[in-house]
Amino acid sequence: MIGYTVRRLLQVIPVFLGTTFLIFTVVFALPGDPIDAMGGGRQHVSESVKNELRQRYNLEDPIVVQYGKYMVNLAQGDLGQDFQGREVSSIIAKNWPTSIALGLTAWVIQILIGIPLGIWAALRRGRLPDKFVAVLTTLAFAVPVFVVGYVAQILLGVEWGWFPVAGVKAGWPTAFILPASVLAIMGLAATARLTRTSLIENLNTDYVRTATAKGISRSRVVMNHALRNSLIPVVTFLGIEFGALMGGAIIIEGIFNLPGLGNEIFKAIGAQNGPTVVGISTLLVIVFLLVNLIVDLLYAYLDPRIRHA
Amino acid sequence: MLESTFDTGAHPTTAQLAGAASTAPGDGPSPGRPATGFARMIRRPRFWLPAGVIALLVMISLFPGPFASLFGNGDPRACDLANSGGEPSVGHPFGFDVQGCDLYANVIYGATPSITIGIVVTVSAMLLAIILGLLSGYYGGWFDTILGRITDVFYGFPFMVAAIVILTAIGVRNIATVCITLAVFSWPTMTRIMRSSVMSAKNMEYVRAAKALGASDWRILVIHILPNAIAPLVVLSSLSIGGIIAGEAGLTYLGVGLQPPSISWGLQLNTAQSYFNSNPHLLLYPSLFLSVTVLAFVLLGDAVRDALDPKLRK
Repeated sequence: MIGYTVRRLLQVIPVFLGTTFLIFTVVFALPGDPIDAMGGGRQHVSESVKNELRQRYNLEDPIVVQYGKYMVNLAQGDLGQDFQGREVSSIIAKNWPTSIALGLTAWVIQILIGIPLGIWAALRRGRLPDKFVAVLTTLAFAVPVFVVGYVAQILLGVEWGWFPVAGVKAGWPTAFILPASVLAIMGLAATARLTRTSLIENLNTDYVRTATAKGISRSRVVMNHALRNSLIPVVTFLGIEFGALMGGAIIIEGIFNLPGLGNEIFKAIGAQNGPTVVGISTLLVIVFLLVNLIVDLLYAYLDPRIRHA
Repeated sequence: MLESTFDTGAHPTTAQLAGAASTAPGDGPSPGRPATGFARMIRRPRFWLPAGVIALLVMISLFPGPFASLFGNGDPRACDLANSGGEPSVGHPFGFDVQGCDLYANVIYGATPSITIGIVVTVSAMLLAIILGLLSGYYGGWFDTILGRITDVFYGFPFMVAAIVILTAIGVRNIATVCITLAVFSWPTMTRIMRSSVMSAKNMEYVRAAKALGASDWRILVIHILPNAIAPLVVLSSLSIGGIIAGEAGLTYLGVGLQPPSISWGLQLNTAQSYFNSNPHLLLYPSLFLSVTVLAFVLLGDAVRDALDPKLRK
């Protein structure tokens, strides 16, 4: 297990460097001169001030040097300043909690509804509940999330007034239930399908037959024997989903006007505010890699075949 | 990355699939009924229903003109502001959009970019995945290692953010650039699936036999491994077309995909959201067409998967 952990840790480093460098390059390629944009596009800013600013943001250096300087600062916990002089770390500190609250709520909804739906469908395989879940999950994949979000906002928020229309003023959970439910739909459908497939596979195994033959009750066979093993792939999926949800959701945060990371990065891309885009993306990459690492280790722990492979 | 945990034989080859299909109890070939997954698949409504819808949509996207003029007003750009947001009337079954253009004609013309992008992205990512997957799965070595790390990097990218940054950086937003952006994020998953099924196919006896008979690498790869290793990729690709179409609509909806004067469902939805209260039909029809399209591709993907993977069909 220790050997596997070390191998896995070493794999993360090149991926982290590659991903962040790619982000850096693409953001660097954004059109327009950010320093000119700072002066409002007019020629009120003198050349010497512009040069001073370019120096401050290392814009004169070749991209590899810029990236190197950025990484050195990052190692010291410094994400730099954006082009308005705000600390990127304080932008993140301000916006991340909203995204975390949204993501966590959606994640819990996925678990609480997705897994029972999957179990229900698997135990009633081929019958009405199974078909019902199949239709439901297919629809969840088919209807685009922004359509669902927008219709939900109009109907449940504006027309019927069950939930706040937008913003976070109402606090958790009132303001988050509707956007989190919409955000959860796809992952919920995937969780349900995965649970169903995995449980059906396990219900057909020899050890389940043995347990049944020993006279153990149906509910015990399902809960204690089959379900335990069938949840391994589900745990993996939910782990990765957790990492993805932590990073904010651009479309949902946009529709419901939640001041989260997704909203902030979308604004920053439009405003060509490079440091903010790079800073938030780097954070998302770190969260993603960390969660994947944990999921992999957890998986190896749950399934010994992996770590000895 | 995580996929490494799934690599070991997770994807059965067609040979295994075919074998399993014909020996599955109660699922064997009955007289006069072919045993192959494809022949059986095509007869089922689960396959031909979505396939029929897709065929119709492809026809619409190839020849939008005749379909748009079914009701006599086929020009999506023949607009009269006096009709802005107008209710459905004779010859205008869906009513009018904000600019007073016929909504039905616009929705019909909106099929072209969606279908084109879905198919072009999937086919190009698939071709790339076949080539890279064959090479890295069969030869292994340094090429495989480097390719593995590159796909890891693409997995680490937050998709939405990266796609928005790339489209903003390119500056030109048309079907070609949206296709490139979506393809950049589609090939890594496909390549991994292809690689792992090539890896399990290359150790099969028939491959060793071919090698012993002196077949060239090229012949082994193309004649022996490719047909036996492609099934999982076909399944994944057919499932992902719907996701790509939805992804395009999402990017366009956010304002970084296609731009006016292009006609697309994403653009129509983007406009519709400001007028939902007064003109809900503006949101209804494009989202209905978009959802049915994605649904048809998802159902087709499900049917293909069920035909090629008997483990799930049981």
